[in-house]
Amino acid sequence: MAKASKKIKKFGLLAEYDSAAAVFRACEKVRDSGYRRWDSYTPFPVHNLDRAMGIKPTVLPWIVFACGMTGAASGILLQWWTSTIAYPLIVAGKPLFSFQANVPVTFELGILFAAFGAVFGMLGLNKLPQFYHPLFNVARFARATDDRFFIAIEASDPKYDFEKTRKLLEETGSVKVEEVDES
Amino acid sequence: MATKERDPLDPIRGRKLLVEGGPSFHDITEQVCSPIEQPTLAWWLAFIPSLGLLGVFGISLFWLLWEGVGVWGLNNPVDWGWAIVDFVFWVGIGHAGTLISAILFLFRQQWRTAVNRSAEAMTIFAVICALVFPTFHTGRPWVIYWSLPLPNQMQMWPNFRSPLLWDVFAVATYFTVSLLFWYVGLIPDLATMRDRATTKIRRFAYGLLSLGWRGSTRHWQNYEKAYLLLAGLATPLVLSVHTIVSFDFAVSQLPGWHTTIFPPYFVAGAIFSGFAMVLTLLIPIRKWYGLEHIITIKHLENMAKIILLTGSLVGYAYGLEFFIAWYSGNPYESFAFVNRAFGPYAWAYWIMMTCNVITPQLIWFKRVRRSPVWLFILSIFVNIGMWFERFVITVTSLSRDFLPSSWDYYTATIWDVGMLVGSFGLFFTLFCLFIRYLPMIAMAEIKSVMPAANPHPAEHTSETHSATHGDFDQK
Repeated sequence: MAKASKKIKKFGLLAEYDSAAAVFRACEKVRDSGYRRWDSYTPFPVHNLDRAMGIKPTVLPWIVFACGMTGAASGILLQWWTSTIAYPLIVAGKPLFSFQANVPVTFELGILFAAFGAVFGMLGLNKLPQFYHPLFNVARFARATDDRFFIAIEASDPKYDFEKTRKLLEETGSVKVEEVDES
Repeated sequence: MATKERDPLDPIRGRKLLVEGGPSFHDITEQVCSPIEQPTLAWWLAFIPSLGLLGVFGISLFWLLWEGVGVWGLNNPVDWGWAIVDFVFWVGIGHAGTLISAILFLFRQQWRTAVNRSAEAMTIFAVICALVFPTFHTGRPWVIYWSLPLPNQMQMWPNFRSPLLWDVFAVATYFTVSLLFWYVGLIPDLATMRDRATTKIRRFAYGLLSLGWRGSTRHWQNYEKAYLLLAGLATPLVLSVHTIVSFDFAVSQLPGWHTTIFPPYFVAGAIFSGFAMVLTLLIPIRKWYGLEHIITIKHLENMAKIILLTGSLVGYAYGLEFFIAWYSGNPYESFAFVNRAFGPYAWAYWIMMTCNVITPQLIWFKRVRRSPVWLFILSIFVNIGMWFERFVITVTSLSRDFLPSSWDYYTATIWDVGMLVGSFGLFFTLFCLFIRYLPMIAMAEIKSVMPAANPHPAEHTSETHSATHGDFDQK
């Protein structure tokens, strides 16, 4: 906290844009300049902005698939084990186990686990909840959830150079570029 | 009057504008958030009567617990009375919310964005109301957890062959998934509320609930995928829920219940009643909150068309049931249906027919479809009709089954009425709290379907442009 150095650690540079089209073109430029540790912030998902940024597709569908299969498997195993081993009871002369009677519960548990996988997988991949972020210190950044679009290039990026990066961001048609403190 | 009513068109796509009046992104934020930040007096006018009805619910529930299920009008052949009727009614209401949020999302019906948040809230509150009835109908609600497969000292497990147990799993899953879906949709809008908050409490509460959302594109990518997957999961789920609810009836041997048409017929009926409830809720709210340019007349018209379609499906199912009862040659089955239409419960049957089959046909007229007053009245009719449908199915079959010596007429008591009326109190109280504290329009989604959200405004003048963006044009 109490660093002796005069300079406060910097998070990076934040550029503000006033339209979805502007931030889209800017993202393509930042991507083409070879930055890695950067991100854009928008009040709603701008379509294809992830591709304009060159982000790889998410692995979330695989997580959801695995969770769904786990749910369905536990559903069928639970029903098989309880009705044949734990508590075998003949009801209406039916066999102890038959998959037909067990489809609904298997299906529902598959869906339930998959939905948990989708929600908590999404939060996990996004590293949320995260209640502190350096950008929250910037007053203007509050408009990222309202009507403004932002790009932040982080100081930890190997290509980051205060002057060059600022020049790049200014040339992308931004409304304003400013430096953001780490804490 | 002479010219036809025309909706404003999107200048680029040539389709009907989803948001009228050309507001900016900030206007949308203001219009949705300010009623929450500066509550109006009108809200209390809705909330206080709702609380009154909730009181009726509390009293009915107290008397039920004090005295036992005997305070209801249940008798020996009819041991499933209003409790199951109300349960099926409320679960059915919920289905429209999921249809709007999931199925219309998969079909890329962008108009859903104006109504999905409130419809999903309606789903959750309707399922809460639904769950009350079977829970208390068990007679010992404090051991309701026996229906779950939990290890216990009796070494007993639930009977997984019972449709009632399938119901436990189906409705519990439905509630959980609906809640998750709703919450995921809320996260970006809660962040908007957090960033606008002027008081410490608000900032803390919305900040906590929004989980530190900051609109990052890397987050949006996972978020949109999660949303799509949830929609894909909720779609078969919602169809399965009312299918399984219908199994409660169809898997039994009773004439009038033991039919294979029940699952699709119940699902159609559920969507029918649910859309009616969406209209009942949204027509006054859009007026009171001045949201007529977001929930436009076109939205109401679209929902009315779905009501017309599903209402006609339900009418077809009623007809087909009669045909099959005759065609099967089964005397018990034939009797069950003649008894429905002309027996002691004919009054209920004809209320059902009038409200579900006849009045919705007025929607064929464009003037009716585009009139909020007409649609509101029609939606009340559908709500009444669909409650009576469940009443007719449940009570007529039970009161007169195979053996005339065990027939009996069933009448509800004041406590049955108290529970139903009171459950509306629970529903409206929850809904009032929702519109008071949470954004009832999905702001982020509305913004994303506005013309200004398009990152390639110029390219859209021609239909031929880069293939990499092609599949996202419609969004």
